[in-house]
Amino acid sequence: MRRTRRLAAVALGAVAAMALGACGGPSTGGSGGGTGGGGDTAKAEANAGIGGIANPSDAKGGTLRMANSSDWDSLDPADTYYAYAWNFARLYGRSLVGFKAAPGKEGAELVPDLAESLGTPNADATQWTYRLKPGIKFEDGSVITSRDVKYAIARSLDKDTFPNGPTYFNDYLDLQGYEGPYKNPNLDAFTAVETPDDRTLVFKLRTAFAGFDYLAGLINTIPVPQAADTGARYKEKVVSSGPYKFETNELGKRFTMVRNPNWDASTDPIRKALPDRIEVAVNANADDVDNRLFSGDLDVAIEGTGVQPAAQGRVLADQALKANSDNGLAGFTWFTVLDDSVAPLDNVHCRRAVLLAADRTGYQRAYGGATGGDLATNLMGTNIPGAQQFDLYPSSGGTGDVAKAKDELNQCGQPNGFTTSISFRAERPKEKAAAEALQQSLARAGIQLEIKPFPAGDYAKLYAGKPDYSVANKLGLKVYGWQADWPDGFGFLAQVVDRRVIKAGGGNTNLGIRIPELDARIDQALGETDKAKRDAIWTGIDRTVMENASVLPGVWAKGLLYRPPNLTNVFVTGAWGMYEYTALGTTRR
Amino acid sequence: MPPPGYCPAVTAPLDVPETTAQAVAPVLVPGEAVAGRSPWRIAWTRLRRDKVALAGGVVVVLLVLVALAAPLIVGLLGHPPQEFHYEKIDPDLQVPTGSFGGVSGDFLFGAEPVNGRDLFSRVVYGSRISLLIAFLATLLSALLGTFFGVVAGYFGGWVDTAISRTMDVFLAFPLLLFAIALAGVVPDRAFGLSGDALRITLIVFIVGFVNWPYVGRIVRGQALSLREREFVDAARSMGASNRRILLTEMLPNLVAPILVYTTLLIPTNILFEAALSFLGVGVRPPTPTWGGMLSDATRWYQIAPHFMLFPGLAIFITVLAFNLFGDGLRDALDPRSR
Repeated sequence: MRRTRRLAAVALGAVAAMALGACGGPSTGGSGGGTGGGGDTAKAEANAGIGGIANPSDAKGGTLRMANSSDWDSLDPADTYYAYAWNFARLYGRSLVGFKAAPGKEGAELVPDLAESLGTPNADATQWTYRLKPGIKFEDGSVITSRDVKYAIARSLDKDTFPNGPTYFNDYLDLQGYEGPYKNPNLDAFTAVETPDDRTLVFKLRTAFAGFDYLAGLINTIPVPQAADTGARYKEKVVSSGPYKFETNELGKRFTMVRNPNWDASTDPIRKALPDRIEVAVNANADDVDNRLFSGDLDVAIEGTGVQPAAQGRVLADQALKANSDNGLAGFTWFTVLDDSVAPLDNVHCRRAVLLAADRTGYQRAYGGATGGDLATNLMGTNIPGAQQFDLYPSSGGTGDVAKAKDELNQCGQPNGFTTSISFRAERPKEKAAAEALQQSLARAGIQLEIKPFPAGDYAKLYAGKPDYSVANKLGLKVYGWQADWPDGFGFLAQVVDRRVIKAGGGNTNLGIRIPELDARIDQALGETDKAKRDAIWTGIDRTVMENASVLPGVWAKGLLYRPPNLTNVFVTGAWGMYEYTALGTTRR
Repeated sequence: MPPPGYCPAVTAPLDVPETTAQAVAPVLVPGEAVAGRSPWRIAWTRLRRDKVALAGGVVVVLLVLVALAAPLIVGLLGHPPQEFHYEKIDPDLQVPTGSFGGVSGDFLFGAEPVNGRDLFSRVVYGSRISLLIAFLATLLSALLGTFFGVVAGYFGGWVDTAISRTMDVFLAFPLLLFAIALAGVVPDRAFGLSGDALRITLIVFIVGFVNWPYVGRIVRGQALSLREREFVDAARSMGASNRRILLTEMLPNLVAPILVYTTLLIPTNILFEAALSFLGVGVRPPTPTWGGMLSDATRWYQIAPHFMLFPGLAIFITVLAFNLFGDGLRDALDPRSR
C-alpha cells in the first residue's frame, strides 16, 4: 500500500516537472496538497521551504551549481567542522546513522544510514553496537566493512594530522592511550572500537553516553579505505561511499562531482540524489554569489547562512525575489555570557539587573532585525527538538524593565549601578552593534559598560575564554553565540554551561558560567537513555541557567536563504538550519 | 669652504641671519618708503599669492575650529553622537528611512544603519580624534627628529653614524604591523591611563615614534651643510659652546624645513590613524573615528552608501587641505624646490 502511493507520487512529480519545463505558465491541473510531490510549482511562496517542501519534485538529471564564498576547512570527513560541510559531506559519504532528509524538526531525527538500525546500547549505555547493511560499496566497487568505519574513526583521532574536526570520539571513547593509525599502525590496539565480524561495530565508552547515536551520525564515521588513505592529503581524493564521487578537484578553486555508479539507492533512506552532476566553486565573492543566485547563474550558496546585507535589502523589497526566499532558523543562538567570577556580577541580583535592563530589541536589530532572528528568551531555541522556550525576565516588547532592574540593583547592594566591560569579536560587526546597543540600554539603569573588542581568533584562547584575563580586565559581559553540533540538549548546552569544562589556561567555550548544581544533572542526562526524560533534564538545565541569570539571551538566529526558481525539492532542515543538500534537484538541463 | 658636492636646500635669504638681511641694500624707489623685508615676510608674500595653498590653509583652520567647537556645533545642528535613533531605521532592512540615508535638516548627513546615530555628529566628533592624534604624533616626530637630526648633522663622526643607522632601522620598520601588534598587547590600564586616553596616547606614541626619522633625515642633511657655514665658524672661533651654536645659530635656520615637513607629515598621520581605526586597533567604540566609520560602512556600501561617503569625504578633504597647504608652504619658503 505504502509502496504504490510512493510510486504514484514520484510519477506525479515527474509530470509536474515536465509541465513546468514545457511552458512555465500557471499550472492548471494536479494542484493537490503540498506534500505528495505534485504541488503547485509555478507559484513560489516565501517560506515555502520552512516546515514544508518548496518546489517538490523527484525528477532526476541536470547539473547543480553551488558556490562557497569561503573555503572548506577540508573535504576530508575527519577534518571539517562547518555545519555546511557536514551537510554537504553526505553527498559523497555515508555515516553509520544520519539525519533524516526532511523539513523542520523532522530533519533533526536520526535514521540508520550505513547501519541497519540505530545503535543498541548495553544496560548502562557505555557500550554501543551497530550492524552494517550488507553489500554497500565504495566508489571502486569494493564492499564497505566494519573495519573501514573503524579505520575512519581511528584516523580522525589524530588531531596533529586533522586539527579541524570534532573531538567527541577522542573525548568519549575508551581509547586506552591509542592515538590513531599514523602514530600506531596496529589497528588492533584500537580496542575502543571492536569489529567482531565484517558487519558489526562495538563502541566502548569511558562514561555513559545515552545520546551516542549522535556521535555515530558524525561525519567521522564515514568509512575510509585504509589502502587509499594518504593522511592529510586524503582531501585531494576522497573515496566516495555516497551517491556522488569526485570527478575533478582543484583545491581552493573548484571541484566537480558525478554519480557514483556503485551507490545503491535502495539501501539509502536519506538521499534523493536528483542531479546527475554537481559543480562547486570555492572562494567566490559573497556579494557576487548573491547576484548570481538572482540572475540564475547559480543554484546554491553553500555556506547556508543567508544572503549578504546588500542582497537582503533587495530580497525584502522585491516581492518576486521574496517569494523565492526562506527565512528559517539557522541554529545559532546569539547571547551574552555574564561571567560570575567578575565582581559585582558574582552576585545573582546584579546579573538579573543586567538581564532586566537590557533592551533585547536592540540586540535583535544588531543581528538584522526580525529577518536576522527571533528574540531569544533562553538558550535553546525552537530548532532543537524537545527543548522548551520560556521567558523569566519579561518586559513589554522585550525593551527591558528598568524599574525592576533598579530593584535588583538595590538587592545587589549597587543602587547606583556599576561599571563593567563588555567584550566582542572585533571582526564581527554584528557583535559590535550588539555591544553598543547593550551599552545604551544598560546605561538606563546606571550600569555602565566599557566596550572592548578582541580578535576573533584568540577570543576564547587569550581573552574572553581565559578566566584570569577576564577577572583582571573586568570582562563581565561577553558577546558570544553557539550552535549545537547536533540538535539536542547535550549538543547545545554541554560545552557552554558545564563549569567542569572551564580550563584555567584559556580556550574555553564556557565563558564563565559556574553553577555547581548542574554537574550532577548533566551527568544524569548523559546516562538517561529515554529521550523524553533526557530532553526534560536539559530543558531544566536551561531554566536553571536563566534563573541564575548567567546568560543574556539575544537572538535565535535566522538566515534569509534564496532559492532560484529552477531549484527543486528545497527545504530547511532542522539538523543544519539550512537547505538539505541531499534532497536538492534542478529543472535546468 | 663647503665640502665638494655641497648643495644648500634652503634659500639664500633664509641662510642669512635676520640682522644681516636688513643690511642688504634695497633698491630705492623714489616716493616710496624704504622697508626692509624679513625672509618670513617674503615667504608670506609668496604664500599669499598662492591661492590654492591659501584655500588649503583656510580649510585647515576651519577643521581645527570644528574639532575644538565640536560640542557646540553638534549641540546646534545635530544629536549627541552616541544617541540611538531607532525611529530613523527601517526595522526590516536596518538602513535609515528616507532618501540617501535619511539626509534631512534634522540629520544633516543622515543616520547610521542599525542604530540610527547621527552621522553628522559622529563625523564632527571624529575630527577631534583624527586631528588630535595627527597633531600630537607629528609634534612628537618633529621633536625627536629635530633633536636627533641636528645632533647627528652637527657632531658628525660616530654620533652621526649611530643615529643615521638607527633612523634606517626605523624607516625599515613595518609600521602597520608593529602598531597592530602593540595595540593588541597593551592592557586596558597602563601608565596610569585607561579608556580613550590610553588608546590615544598609545597611537600617538606608535605613530610619532616610528615617523621621526622622516623629519630627522631632512634636519640632519640641513645641519650637515649649516655647520660648514661661515657664521657657524665665526661663532665657534669666538668660543661659543656647542649648545649655544646648536640653539641660537643652527636651529633658527632649520625652522623652515621643519615647518614644511611637519605640515606634510600631518596628513600622513591622519591617514595612518584612519587605517588603524579601520583595522579595529585604534580608539575603541563607541567613540567615533573616521576610520572606524569607514570600516563599519563597508558592510553597507551597497544599500547605505551615505555611511561611507561622509567619513570618507572628511578624510579626503582633511588630507587634501593639509597637503595643499604644506606644498604651498614649501614653495613659499623654498622656491627652488618647485
